[in-house]
Amino acid sequence: MSGPLTMFDTPRAYIGQPVPRADTKRLLQGRGKFIDDIQLPRMLHAAFVRSPVAHGTITGIDVEEARALPGVIAVYTGADIAPHVEPYVGVLSHLAGLRSAPQMPLAVDVTRWIGEPLVMIIAQSRAVAEDAAALVMVDIDPLDAVTDMETALDPATPVIHAEMDSNLAWERTVDVGDVDAAFARDDVTVVERRFRFGRHTGVTLETRGAVAAFDPSEDELTFWYSGQAPHMMQFIFAKHLGLPEENVRVVSQDVGGSFGIKIHTYGDEIATALAAKLLGRPVKFVADRMESFLSDIHARDHVVDGRIAVDADGRIAALAFDDITGIGPFSMYPRTSAIEANQVLNLTGAPYVMENYRANAKVVFQNKNLMCQYRAVGHPIAMAVADGLLEDAAHEIGMDVVEIRRRNLIPDDAYPTQSASGMKLDDLSHHKSLETLVDAMDYEARRAEHAKLREEGIYRGLGLISMVEVTNPSPMFYGIGGAPIASQDGATIRLDAGGGVHVSSSVTEQGQGTNAILAQIAADVFGVPIERVKVTTGDTRTTPYGGGTWASRGAGIGGEACLQAAQALRDQVLEVAAVILQSEPGKLDIKAGAVVDAEGGAERMRLSDLARTVYYRGNELPSDLKPELIATRHYRVTDFPFVFTNGAMAAEVEVDPETGFVQVLNFWAVEDCGRVINPVLVDEQVRGGVVQGIGGALYEECVYDAEGQLQNATMADYLVPMAFEMPDIVVKHVETPTKTSVLGAKGAGEAGTGGAPGAVMNAVNDALRPLGAAIHQMPMTPERVLRALGKV
Amino acid sequence: MKAADFAYEKPDSLDAALALLADPDRDASPIAGGQSLVPMMNFRMAMPELLVDLNGLDELRGISADAGGGLRIGAMTRYSALEASDLVTERAPIIAMALPHIAHAAIRNRGTIGGSVSLADPAAEMPALMLVLDAEIEVQSAKAQRRIKADEFFTGLYETALDEGELVTAIHVPAAPSGRRFAFYELARRHGDYAMAGVAIAGTGDALEDPRIAFFSVSDRALRARGAEAALAAGDVEGAIAALDEIDFAGDLNADAKTKRHLAGVVLKRALGRL
Amino acid sequence: MSDTRTIRLTVNGETGSYTVPVRQNLVDFIRNDLGLTGSHVGCEHGVCGACSIEVDGDIVRGCLMFAVQADGAEITTIEGLAESDRGAALRSAFSARNALQCGYCTPGMLATALDYVEAGGAADRAAIRAHLSGNYCRCTGYQSIVDAVCDVIEGRVEA
Repeated sequence: MSGPLTMFDTPRAYIGQPVPRADTKRLLQGRGKFIDDIQLPRMLHAAFVRSPVAHGTITGIDVEEARALPGVIAVYTGADIAPHVEPYVGVLSHLAGLRSAPQMPLAVDVTRWIGEPLVMIIAQSRAVAEDAAALVMVDIDPLDAVTDMETALDPATPVIHAEMDSNLAWERTVDVGDVDAAFARDDVTVVERRFRFGRHTGVTLETRGAVAAFDPSEDELTFWYSGQAPHMMQFIFAKHLGLPEENVRVVSQDVGGSFGIKIHTYGDEIATALAAKLLGRPVKFVADRMESFLSDIHARDHVVDGRIAVDADGRIAALAFDDITGIGPFSMYPRTSAIEANQVLNLTGAPYVMENYRANAKVVFQNKNLMCQYRAVGHPIAMAVADGLLEDAAHEIGMDVVEIRRRNLIPDDAYPTQSASGMKLDDLSHHKSLETLVDAMDYEARRAEHAKLREEGIYRGLGLISMVEVTNPSPMFYGIGGAPIASQDGATIRLDAGGGVHVSSSVTEQGQGTNAILAQIAADVFGVPIERVKVTTGDTRTTPYGGGTWASRGAGIGGEACLQAAQALRDQVLEVAAVILQSEPGKLDIKAGAVVDAEGGAERMRLSDLARTVYYRGNELPSDLKPELIATRHYRVTDFPFVFTNGAMAAEVEVDPETGFVQVLNFWAVEDCGRVINPVLVDEQVRGGVVQGIGGALYEECVYDAEGQLQNATMADYLVPMAFEMPDIVVKHVETPTKTSVLGAKGAGEAGTGGAPGAVMNAVNDALRPLGAAIHQMPMTPERVLRALGKV
Repeated sequence: MKAADFAYEKPDSLDAALALLADPDRDASPIAGGQSLVPMMNFRMAMPELLVDLNGLDELRGISADAGGGLRIGAMTRYSALEASDLVTERAPIIAMALPHIAHAAIRNRGTIGGSVSLADPAAEMPALMLVLDAEIEVQSAKAQRRIKADEFFTGLYETALDEGELVTAIHVPAAPSGRRFAFYELARRHGDYAMAGVAIAGTGDALEDPRIAFFSVSDRALRARGAEAALAAGDVEGAIAALDEIDFAGDLNADAKTKRHLAGVVLKRALGRL
Repeated sequence: MSDTRTIRLTVNGETGSYTVPVRQNLVDFIRNDLGLTGSHVGCEHGVCGACSIEVDGDIVRGCLMFAVQADGAEITTIEGLAESDRGAALRSAFSARNALQCGYCTPGMLATALDYVEAGGAADRAAIRAHLSGNYCRCTGYQSIVDAVCDVIEGRVEA
């Protein structure tokens, strides 16, 4: 390390240690506080009638029978609520050319996907609301549905939004260097592949849900929701329901999984808040599982035609691809549905030195559920395309897949630098990560073993990924484009009279351990035992203003704000202590809940004594001392659009050529997320992410028919990864702290999901290669593998 | 996703249950373990007017040896009780082989053999096991009792030979001749899922005399592959696999008919390898 | 209006008499009528395992039984486990291994893991994974849960 000594040059009591999360105790005793656990006096329940057709004109809605059902309090159609809601449009100014159409919580004239909410029933129980929903008669004149994204732009395909000339929502091209010349060189080998990535969805175990309460006497809305961005939602309710922003309180308590699913604006949730406002009574809406499949955002859904040119030394001469992705009938509000394609363009090949790069993405409308940001936005596509082409090219030229990476990865001493797509890169460690991986997996020995097994008719393969991961986003991500999404976060730390510390932070807890790492940081930096730290997150009324949880920013941004607030409070407390103890702040320190001598460490005063003196017996202090035992700091990333992390991963699979079944035998993940605040939590983020990625690679797909009907909207039919099929996952760390903050932490939440699919695909192709087969479509189902093998 | 309203009765005798089910004025449905029916009710794909809960009928529960060396399994016997039964392992080992593949412990603690046989889900294991065991399904109505051979019981997609008002009351597994061997093989994408294709087979002695081959999850019902049985009886394994063309394969979300055809051959070959 | 029945059952050691709509499933009754919200609802069609609870000593899906069917039963939920100290070793192992993130699958996962441990299951990772294979967890990737169960079976945790 170079530069001045920091607090991290000596071991810390909590930062960097595997401290168990305090929250686990509660959750293990059934004392979590999830949305459906909320019971309020006079609370009502919402259910929705959803569109049964993918595209159609609503010609009539008969709600009389539903309204007459005992227990039904109100029935609202799109037309009923239209006067009360300002429509929303999912575009951002920095995504030039992106277009979408105004959207309402309930469809008004035209319905555009199966599952779109049409009518809201409010009743005394969810069961009665569902009874009433079954009595609503909706007449719809079907229109032609656009379901195939690959033909969505054909002139013969109907246009979904009449005011537009085509179904194109957005297009972007990156063109760097001279790609055509590079591909035309006679000393390069060119590999071309068509990749298909199926639609997935998040399947959070706690479905989306909300309880809305409205107090007309104060014109105030309180909205408890299972979500990731309370302050963003505060803005959205204020703007679209016509309330002063300060009169909207949004609360996220325990969140039963989110993964990006719970960061968007959903019509059913807006309608729930509106119903509470119109009725002056609390209303609960908890999506059932089928509603989740039909209305939680979907993700991925790309077809990519990619090609790579490598020279005889294995150096990448050029990489080029065309991506098409279908996003449903609207761009999701307010983050837009263009970000994923944008990230595919930004990230593909970003680990590699590359001079010639051309990528085009077309984002198209279709009559399916909306698609938007989900864990590891764009990453699995970007990584699988680049590393899939690279590994195939390595085989074409007879080079080992590790060796070809060694020759192309950006050198560890080359930073700061930038990717071909123009991303600013710093503090990355691709080579060190790759070597750590190769070492951890015993690469050569496994290759030898596979060769031997092949003679016995056992087909195993190894696949690798070198990757970057977008974390700690700056205002360049959304704010610059006009989105009400904070990139900065704040933390307030208060010393209480009893000597304990209270942290409130604008990042939120979804199980990833935000509360735990904030407590670790506060305890360590301020100087109290961790048991004396209480953390509050997820309440717009009581926490500082900030962005919440998305894009792996909780530790890096929220953690840094917490560190700075803890340092500020420490300075303030020492100033008071110096007066009381007739010493100097520089000669004192805070350790284990007491003010001590900086030298020698002798205890001078308990923090509780200091706080009680300040709070109760101010008369003992000089009148010109104005003690503040509370400090707030905010932090944002400057100078970089986001802080990249990097990693290297490998999968070992066995393919059964008779059945097409793929078993992941082993998985290794090396992650460089900068400063590791809690190794157990980081490892578990990576493992959970890897399994989510394996899900995408092998199991998960929203299957639609030609009419736009989702065929597998149940958990029996949409296959998520379960325990039996999943491997144990070895996680290793390289720690290159980011210089953008004191804490040096980057995010770790996207890595596994971003990298695992490509690693698994490469491994499957490695196993299939001796059989003369290849597959570039995810999920790699047994049937698709059998087709690749020509068996069916 | 809440079940539509229904009326509920929990009779304490089989006669009372049959009387309730015989009422022509009410759309009544019996509920056994409920592990298939309740999900369908929650999705409102099943909306019976009257639910007749059979869980109070102790007379329908239990596993007993019959004098001829066979087994009588009460229709309300739960999978978990079958798993725990030495008698089942001894006299109907193929049931013991298949049980770990049927869903998960929490489901097996409620699900019953009679419920599965009555539902006749083409993807379920139990109907195919009945075929391989040459079991007889004992059924009763308010008027009469009869036994139906498994071979005649499964008539179509969720369709059986049960008449209106008839209830499965027991399964009779005949004694297996000495030297009878069984094997079971299925390909499920995840442990406990319905299979992409599965097979149960039986044959006696080294020559696999009197072979029975029953597939599940390949067509609209559990079915015997008689052509394959004939080929196997003649000692022709490849011929048995080729003979599977006789099956009317039906695709699903995981595999089209062609893939089912291919996998049927694979599971048969692998099951034979396990004999 | 819904048909109702009066049932008598014992939940976590407390016996009571309750009038329930016959169409109400057991986990909704436990959560909404008894206020024991530790048991969670994840899919309502028996696949995810979040609502797994113990009825007369056996784990079952709380969404696939109607409350009326539990008349006379003895039920233990995650709250009851915590009060009785049953599963204390598993709870500490789950905590030490961070074998839960959001905690939503945890009540069902814990009940299923406890079922395995109390039945004398071996510290065999594949067998543990098989037993847990009906309980969905989106967060952990399962490995830490298997680790926690092994820790308990092999006596590496103090309750």
